[in-house]
Amino acid sequence: MNDGMLLDVSGLGKRYGAGCPDCASTTGPDFSTNVCPKCGTVVALDALSFDLKQGEILGVVGESGSGKSTLIQCLYFDVAPSSGSVFMAGEAEGKDLLALPRAHQRRLRARRMGMVYQNPLRGLRMDITSGANVAEKLLEAGTFHFRRIRDRTAELLDGTEIPARYIDVPPRSLSGGMQQRIQIAKALANNPPLVLLDEVTSGLDVSVQARVLDLIRELQRDLGISMIVVSHDMGVIRLLADRTVVLKNGRVVERGLTDQILEDPRHPYSQLLVHSTL
Amino acid sequence: MIRAEALSKTFHLHVRGGARIDAFRDVSFRVSAGQFLGVSGPSGSGKSSLLKCLYRTYMPTGGTIWYTDCESRDRDLAVADDHVILDLRRREIGYVSQFFPVIPRVSALDTLANGMVGRGFTRLEGQARARDLLARLGIPRTLWDLFPSTFSGGEKQRLNIIHAVISRPRLLLLDEPTASLDAASAAEAVSLIEELKRDGTAMIGVFHDRALLSRLSDSVVELKR
Repeated sequence: MNDGMLLDVSGLGKRYGAGCPDCASTTGPDFSTNVCPKCGTVVALDALSFDLKQGEILGVVGESGSGKSTLIQCLYFDVAPSSGSVFMAGEAEGKDLLALPRAHQRRLRARRMGMVYQNPLRGLRMDITSGANVAEKLLEAGTFHFRRIRDRTAELLDGTEIPARYIDVPPRSLSGGMQQRIQIAKALANNPPLVLLDEVTSGLDVSVQARVLDLIRELQRDLGISMIVVSHDMGVIRLLADRTVVLKNGRVVERGLTDQILEDPRHPYSQLLVHSTL
Repeated sequence: MIRAEALSKTFHLHVRGGARIDAFRDVSFRVSAGQFLGVSGPSGSGKSSLLKCLYRTYMPTGGTIWYTDCESRDRDLAVADDHVILDLRRREIGYVSQFFPVIPRVSALDTLANGMVGRGFTRLEGQARARDLLARLGIPRTLWDLFPSTFSGGEKQRLNIIHAVISRPRLLLLDEPTASLDAASAAEAVSLIEELKRDGTAMIGVFHDRALLSRLSDSVVELKR
């Protein structure tokens, strides 16, 4: 792995269906479809490659069907890709993470990755307390000492501005903004080098969104975490991401510095997206 | 330190049936440490676009931009990898734009101090230097802990200047830095610029004020429409 590089994703692909030799060549941004006209297979992602440096934030933009959520799910091992490789610096360096045994993937994910889902229902268990949700992540990584779990949980809730009294309250009783913060606290539990954020502020009130984004920025700066931020909101991307990739129909159509994508988009679709932004 | 050769930028606007718009063509110049290159030309001649190409906010469509970094490595900024550009922006290339990066819920003081924190200084050092510069450019103390989104145009412009110079860049790009300033603030900003120049910062700047441009520039590149 090169100097300072954390993640190297190469040729990532995901298809739903039997597949045929024409799937890749008859779908994509030039055809404005993910569905293969010959066999009906859905090509959610194809030939996706990018890298991520330590401490960097990469933005991923695209509309529905772009594959941005599928990408995140593949990286977090929620979904098994159909092709491609993922290499990560540190533990398991030099090994294709996608080819690792499932148990090893789960350990890696627990210790070295955090995930904040768009819908808190996916990332949290609503029926246990907020504290227990965070503790679960610590347990997954092999921390079993009760005092340590309790202290670390308190520290994380404090760091994500969740009032201490909520530690024993289940997320279902809390607001959307609070639920997102619990997800963030959980994602950070094991000091992972990589955190994935999937539309983390969609559906939140504007003032809440500002605070959650501010929190993410501060944590990222203080802890030097690498992040992949998926959003359809250019404002969020502008605020958080150093570099951005633009996805359409499962492919990267443009990539570059975030300010360059926003001020000098060159691909027709990027131009359309940027010019459509309020 | 920086040498541009036959630099050009043409926009291809796909959304309007493929219109091609030339921002500027065939621009060449060189600037050394401690020198100021003025960029002049009529409105629409591409002055801001030129600066944005140097900063890589715009991708040049032709030509080269050879830059010698602090480790004496030569790089063509026109085609350098995004990671390289980000490093250079963080460490040694500053840009005074017309738009201050307003971050929700972060005070003016902290927004500025963070520019130093990114380069290995502590938050306290960053804040101390930010305070010096804020005082120097006449921003009232009462505003320092407030959010810049409510500041006036002139106040934001002064924040822009501080934001770009706080970590003493090797190369500074200036796009109309004194445009919305009153005479006193403009004078202070100019004195700050002259100080950086004496310390060896290379500068490339657009000023609509011809007198100011002649005063600061060691050489001028003239853009035609």
